[in-house]
Amino acid sequence: MAQPELMDFDQALEMFEPVVGFEVHVELSTATKMFSDAPNPAAMDEVNIAPNTCITPLCLGLPGSLPVVNKMAVEYSISLGLALGCDIAPVSRFARKNYYYPDLAKNYQISQYDEPIAFEGSVSVELDDGTLIDVPIERAHMEEDAGKLTHVGGATGRIQGAEYSLVDYNRAGVPLVEIVTKPIEGSEHRAGELGRAYVSTIRDMVRSLGISHARMERGNLRCDANVSLRPRGSAAYGTRTETKNVNSFRSIERAVRYEIQRQAHILGSGGTITQETRHWHEDTGVTSPGRPKSDADDYRYFPEPDLLPVEATSELVESLRAQLPEQPVEMRRRLRAEWGFSDVDFQAIVNAGLLGEMHETVSLGVTATAARKWWMGELSRLANDQGVEPGVIATAEDVKALQTLVDDGRLTDTLAREVLGAMVAGEGTPEEIVAARGLEVVSDDGALLAAIDEALAAQPDVLGKIREGKTQAAGAIIGAVMKAMRGQADAARVQALVIERAQTDA
Amino acid sequence: MSELISMRASAASKALQDGSLSSVELTQAHLDRMDATEGALGAFLARSATALETAAAIDQRRAAGESLSPLAGVPIAIKDVLCTKDMVTTAGSRILEGWTPPYDATVVSKLREAGMVALGKTNMDEFAMGSSTEHSGYHPTHNPWDPTVAPGGSGGGSAAAVAAKQAPLAVGSDTGGSIRQPASFTGTVGVKPTYGGVSRYGVIALASSLDQVGPVSRTVLDSALLHDVMGGHDPRDATSIPTPWVSMAAAAERGARADNLTGVRVGVVRELVGEGISPAVRQRFDEAVELLTQQGAEVVEVNLPHCEYAVAAYYLILPAEASSNLAKFDSVRFGLRVTPEGNPTVEDVMSATRDTGFGDEVKRRIILGTYALSAGYYDAYYGSAQKVRTLIQQDFAQAFEKVDVVISPSTPTTAFPLGAKMEDPLAMWAGDVTTIPVNLAGIPGMSLPMGLSAEDGLPVGLQLMAPAYQDARLYEVGATIERLFEERDGYLVSERVPEVK
Repeated sequence: MAQPELMDFDQALEMFEPVVGFEVHVELSTATKMFSDAPNPAAMDEVNIAPNTCITPLCLGLPGSLPVVNKMAVEYSISLGLALGCDIAPVSRFARKNYYYPDLAKNYQISQYDEPIAFEGSVSVELDDGTLIDVPIERAHMEEDAGKLTHVGGATGRIQGAEYSLVDYNRAGVPLVEIVTKPIEGSEHRAGELGRAYVSTIRDMVRSLGISHARMERGNLRCDANVSLRPRGSAAYGTRTETKNVNSFRSIERAVRYEIQRQAHILGSGGTITQETRHWHEDTGVTSPGRPKSDADDYRYFPEPDLLPVEATSELVESLRAQLPEQPVEMRRRLRAEWGFSDVDFQAIVNAGLLGEMHETVSLGVTATAARKWWMGELSRLANDQGVEPGVIATAEDVKALQTLVDDGRLTDTLAREVLGAMVAGEGTPEEIVAARGLEVVSDDGALLAAIDEALAAQPDVLGKIREGKTQAAGAIIGAVMKAMRGQADAARVQALVIERAQTDA
Repeated sequence: MSELISMRASAASKALQDGSLSSVELTQAHLDRMDATEGALGAFLARSATALETAAAIDQRRAAGESLSPLAGVPIAIKDVLCTKDMVTTAGSRILEGWTPPYDATVVSKLREAGMVALGKTNMDEFAMGSSTEHSGYHPTHNPWDPTVAPGGSGGGSAAAVAAKQAPLAVGSDTGGSIRQPASFTGTVGVKPTYGGVSRYGVIALASSLDQVGPVSRTVLDSALLHDVMGGHDPRDATSIPTPWVSMAAAAERGARADNLTGVRVGVVRELVGEGISPAVRQRFDEAVELLTQQGAEVVEVNLPHCEYAVAAYYLILPAEASSNLAKFDSVRFGLRVTPEGNPTVEDVMSATRDTGFGDEVKRRIILGTYALSAGYYDAYYGSAQKVRTLIQQDFAQAFEKVDVVISPSTPTTAFPLGAKMEDPLAMWAGDVTTIPVNLAGIPGMSLPMGLSAEDGLPVGLQLMAPAYQDARLYEVGATIERLFEERDGYLVSERVPEVK
C-alpha cells in the first residue's frame, strides 16, 4: 500500500482549521451482561477466558430468547451521564439497529437511538500546560457490545482472504455506554493532545465512578476519532473521517495529527475527502481506508418491542448524583497539591495513565513518592516490555504489599525489584515470593558480623582508615558483605556495624 | 372412539385425582388416537418419545401421595413455535429443520412443573405467518370437520389436534388471530390472553409487540385450567405483567353456575358485523345475540371506528418486527446452512441459506417489513401504523366504558377450502379483520363455538373480548354463554365432530 502524502503539520494548521469529535465506548463492569444474566467478561480479571463460555441463549441470538434490562447497568449509565454534566432523560428507550454481521448474533444491536438516557453535557479537560477546555457532550447512550471474530488462514488477519472465521460470543451483550462529543472547534494544533487528554479524563472518570475497569488494551475503553478540516475563514464543516478503535492515549494524539496532515495534503492539492471509517495502524503510525460511511446508512432503527422504556425517577437520579465522586480535573488539582510533585512529574503520571493507580495506592497508605517510584519506574518498565499498561501487571494492593516489606526493613530496594519481577511473572504475592525464594533481608546481626569479620580479615587496613575518619572506606567491606549475603543484607545496617566495629576495636 | 379421548380436561383431572384413571391410560389412548388419525390430519410435526414415561412418573408421584397440580397427568399438544429441549423445534420452517433448542420456553417449563404430558409439537404456518397452516414448511394440516378445508392458521395443528381428540388441550400462539381463527374453524375454544399475561420467553418471535401464547381446548373451563398453569409473571420476559394472578378456572366455574346473563353489558361491534361477514356466519351471530338478550344480557351496539385501518396497520407492524426478528436465521449459529458453489463470502452463505430455508409468505413479509422500516418510509408506514394502533386502543377503551364485554363473529366466514387463498395473499390477510384489532389493542379475546353453519355444516365461532387484564371476565361470561348454547342446542359443537377418515 502506497503511503499517502502528508502536509507539514504547521503548514496544515496555517491553511486549515481542524474540527474534531470523539466517540468513546465504555464497557461497564456490571456482574452480568446488558440484557442477560450471562457473566460479564468486562468485569473479570482473567485475561484468557475460554471462547463461548460467558453466554446464554440470548448472547447466541437463539430463537425465542428475550432481553431483560440490567438495572445496575442503567444506574451506572445514569451516574456516568451525571458525571458528564448531562441531563438524564426521565424516559429513554432502546431501539434495534439492524445490520447483518456474524459477530452480531441477532443481526441487530440493541442500542439507543433518538431517546438516549443522557444528553447535552460538558466535560472539563486539562491539557498538559494546565489549560482547561470544556468538551461539549452530545449524548451518552446504552447499548450492547458485539462478539469477536478471528479470521484464520489469510495473510492479513482480515476477513478478506481468510479461509474461515471463528466467532467468540463472550463479549456479545457486554454493557456499553457510548459517549459522543459535539464537534469541537478551536483546539487548533492541540487537537490531538485534546483527544488524548479527553479520553484520559473519561478513563479517570469511569474509574473513580467504579463503573468500568477502563483497560484500553482489553477494549474496556475504545475511542473513535472524527477529524475534519475547513479552510481558514470558512464556516461550514469539511467532510470528516472516523478513525476507529484508536486504543491508547498516545495513538489518539498521533492518529488525529496524522489525519490532519493527510487531509490537508489532499485538500491542499485540490482533492476531496471521502467520508469513511479508517483504521489506525499502531506499528506504522498511519491510517488506512475502512468502509465508506454516509449519514444515510440505513440501520432501520425502530423501538425495541421486547423492552419497555427505561424510566429514571428523579429520586434515583438525585440519589446517584449525591454519590458522585469529584470531577477528574478537580481530583487532579487536589492530588497535585497533596502529593507535592513538580508539574512535570505530575503530568508524566497523568500522561502515563497512572493517576488512578497512584491514587488508589496512596489511599492504601503508601507515600506518594514510593507509589510514584514503583508505578513510574519498575512497573512501567516491566509493562513496556510486555507491551501493556502497568495497571495490567500489578494492582495498588501489590504495590502496597511490596512497599510494606521495604518499610519494615525486610527487603532492600534491590530485593524489592526482584520480588516485583517475580510477582509480575506470576509467582505469587510479594510475601509468597519472599518466602519461596528466601529473599528476606538478613537482619540477624550475628550473621552480618560473621561476614564482616571475614571481609575485614581479607582487607585488614579498612578499620584503620575508618578510624582516621575515612568512613567511605567501609564501602569495600559493605560490597564484600553484600556479595557474601547474595544481596540480602541491608547495606545501611552493614555500614553501621562496620563503623561500630572500628570504634569498639580501637 | 375410546371414551378417554372424549373426556374434557376438567373431567380427566378429576378422574386422575380420584384414582379412577391413570395418566398412562389416558396418554396411551391419545397416542393411539394420534396413530389412527395423524395420516389423515397431519396435525403434528414432532412426537414426544417420552410421553408414557412422563405419564408413569406422574402416576407414581400421585401414588406416593404427592400433592399435584390439577392438570398433572393430562396430555397436551404444543405448538411448534415454543422451544422444547427434548423435541425438535422448527416453528414450521425448513430453516430450523432438525433443531433442538438447548432450553425450554417458560410456558413449557410450567407445563412440565405442573406434570402435564407433552404429546408432541403441532403444525403451523411457517413462523406463524398464515391463516390456513398451508404455509407450513412441511405439510398442510386437514380440518377434522372436512379434510378438504383448512383448519385455519397459523395454529391449525393445535386446533385440529384438539378438535380431533388427539389431545384434550393444546398450546397456541396468537399474533393476529392464530389461536382464535383456527378455534373458530374447528369448533374448539381458543383464548388470546392480555398481552404480557403469558410469558413469551422461548417462544420463537413473529411480532414481539403482538405475540401472545394461549390455550386451546374443547370447553371454556378447560382453557381456563390451562391458562392458570401457563400464565403469570416471568422475569425473563420484560413485557410480562407483574400483577397478582387471578384464577381463570374459578371464574369459569362461577360463570358455568350462573343462571343467566342478567346485568352483563354486551357490546356488539358494528364495524365487525357488516360487510364481509358471510350470511351463514351472520345468521348464527344474530341468533347468539338474540339468545344473550333473552338471557338477560344488556346488548348494545358499540363503535370501533378505527378498526377499518386495523388490517393495514397490522400488516405494517407485523412485517416490520418480523423482518428484524427473523434476521437471526443466518446459518452462523444454528439451523440450516446452504453453501453456494465457488468461493462464497459469508454474505453469500447467509443469502443462499435464507433463500432456501424461508418460504414465500415469510419472504413476502420480510421484504415488506424491511421496506416499511427504511429511512424515509418509517414515518409514513411504521410510524402511521403505530398511531392507528393507539387509536384502536382508544376505541376499545371508550367501548369498555359502556359495556363489560364486546362481541363479534370470530371470523368472517367458516373454514375455506385448502388452496382457495394460496394465490391471493391479500384475501388471506383480509380474513384476519375480526381478530387483528384485539392484538393491536393488547386486550384478551376468546373464540368459542356458537353453532354450525347452515350453509356448509362447519363450525362458526363467537369472539368475546374484554378489557386488558380482565381475562377472568372472558372465562366467566364465556362459560355462561357456552352453557346457554349447550342448553339451546342439546350439545357442544365440539362433540359433533365427524369421525376422521
